[in-house]
Amino acid sequence: MIIAIASGKGGTGKTTLSVNLALAAQTPIQLLDCDVEAPNAHLFLNPSGIESTVVHVPIPVVDESACDGCGECGRMCEYHAIVSFGSVPLVFPEMCHGCGGCMRVCPRHAISEKGHRIGEVHISTVGHITLIEGKIDVGIAMAPPLIRAVKSRLSASVPVLLDAPPGTSCPVIASIRDADFVILVTEPTAFGLHDLSLAVDMTRALNRPFAVVVNRMGIGDDRVHQFCREEGIRILAEIPDDRRIAEAYSEGRTIVDAIPAYRGLFHSILNQIGILSHSH
Amino acid sequence: MKVALTTTGSDLSDPLEPRFGRAPKFLVYDLDSDTFMVVDNNKNLNAVQGAGIQSADTIARIGASALITGHCGPKAFRVLSAAGVKVYASSARTVEEAITLFRQGKLSESQSADVEGHWV
Repeated sequence: MIIAIASGKGGTGKTTLSVNLALAAQTPIQLLDCDVEAPNAHLFLNPSGIESTVVHVPIPVVDESACDGCGECGRMCEYHAIVSFGSVPLVFPEMCHGCGGCMRVCPRHAISEKGHRIGEVHISTVGHITLIEGKIDVGIAMAPPLIRAVKSRLSASVPVLLDAPPGTSCPVIASIRDADFVILVTEPTAFGLHDLSLAVDMTRALNRPFAVVVNRMGIGDDRVHQFCREEGIRILAEIPDDRRIAEAYSEGRTIVDAIPAYRGLFHSILNQIGILSHSH
Repeated sequence: MKVALTTTGSDLSDPLEPRFGRAPKFLVYDLDSDTFMVVDNNKNLNAVQGAGIQSADTIARIGASALITGHCGPKAFRVLSAAGVKVYASSARTVEEAITLFRQGKLSESQSADVEGHWV
C-alpha cells in the first residue's frame, strides 16, 4: 500500500506530516523521500549506515562511421536531445529522458547507449522505518528517472509513506501516479487554496483517491474548508499553527517527539488511512 | 545568401526580438533577391524545454547561412555552429536596421553563446 503525501504549494508541511506519520506508525513502514531536488526527511530521522547507489539514465552514443546523417533520430526525439541535419547528430545529455527511441529508429544501427549519472538513492533504517531517499546531482534538471529509481527500491509487502515533491508537474506525477491514496497538505490561505485546487485537479486526473490535511490551522481564512465542502473532499485532520511546532522543526526535531500531545492527531490520520498506529 | 532574423512582427519595420529560442517569428531575408519570408515559431515559444535547439534546427533547415538576433544561448549556439550558421548579435531596433548594419559589415560574428540557457 502506497500513501503519497503531496501538495500544490511548497512548504505546506509534506515532510513534517510524512515523518511524523512514519514515527507514529506501529508497524514497519517505508518512508520514500521523492522530493529528490531537496530531500529533507533525513534531517529529522538522523539515519546512520546509509547504503547508497548511483543512478544513471541511458543516453545515446553515435558511431560516426556508421551514421549517414539521415536525421531519423532527431525527428523522433520529442525533447530535442539529439539533433541532426545531414551530418552526425549532436547529443544533449541534459535533455535526454533515456527512452531509447533514437536507438530503435536508427536504420543504420549507429546508436548505442551509455550511462549518464543523475543522482543517488540512499537507503537506511531508523527503528521501524526504512528510509529510501533520492538525491539528484547538482545541475541535473530531470527528476522523474531518479524518482522511478527510488520507487523501484520499495518492498511491496511493507506499507509506504511517499513524500512527494511540491507542485503539479512531471516529478509529482511520477511520484504519485500509482499511489493507493493521496494526502494533499495545504494551509488555509489564498495561496494554499489556489495550489490545492490545482493539486485536486491533478489527483482527479490521475484517478487517485485522496483527502486533505490542513496545516497551520488558525492562520488565513475558511476558504479551504469551504472549497472542500463544496467539492466533497474529506479533511482528515487539522494541524494547528503552533509556535512550538515551528521551534521543534527549526531544531530538526519531530512533532511526536517534541510535543507528545500531538501523537493522537497522527494516530487518527493513520487509522483513517488504514495503517496501524501506536495506541498510547 | 539568406539571413534569418528574430522578430515579433512580420515586416521589415517590425522590432528585432532579443530572444532567439523563444522568438515569436523568424524573418528570412534573401540578400541576393531582396525578398523575404516569415516563419512562425509559436511552437517553440511555448515549448517546455529545448526551444533553442529546435529553433536552431529550424534556422538550419531554412537554409540560412547567418542568424541575426539579440542573444543566443549555449545549446542553440552549438547546433547553429554544427549546421554552419554564423551568429551575429545585434541590438538594432528593427529588422530593417539590422539588415542594413549587416550589409555594411557593422555586425561582428559571435564566437560563443552570450547568455545562459533560460536567460529570460
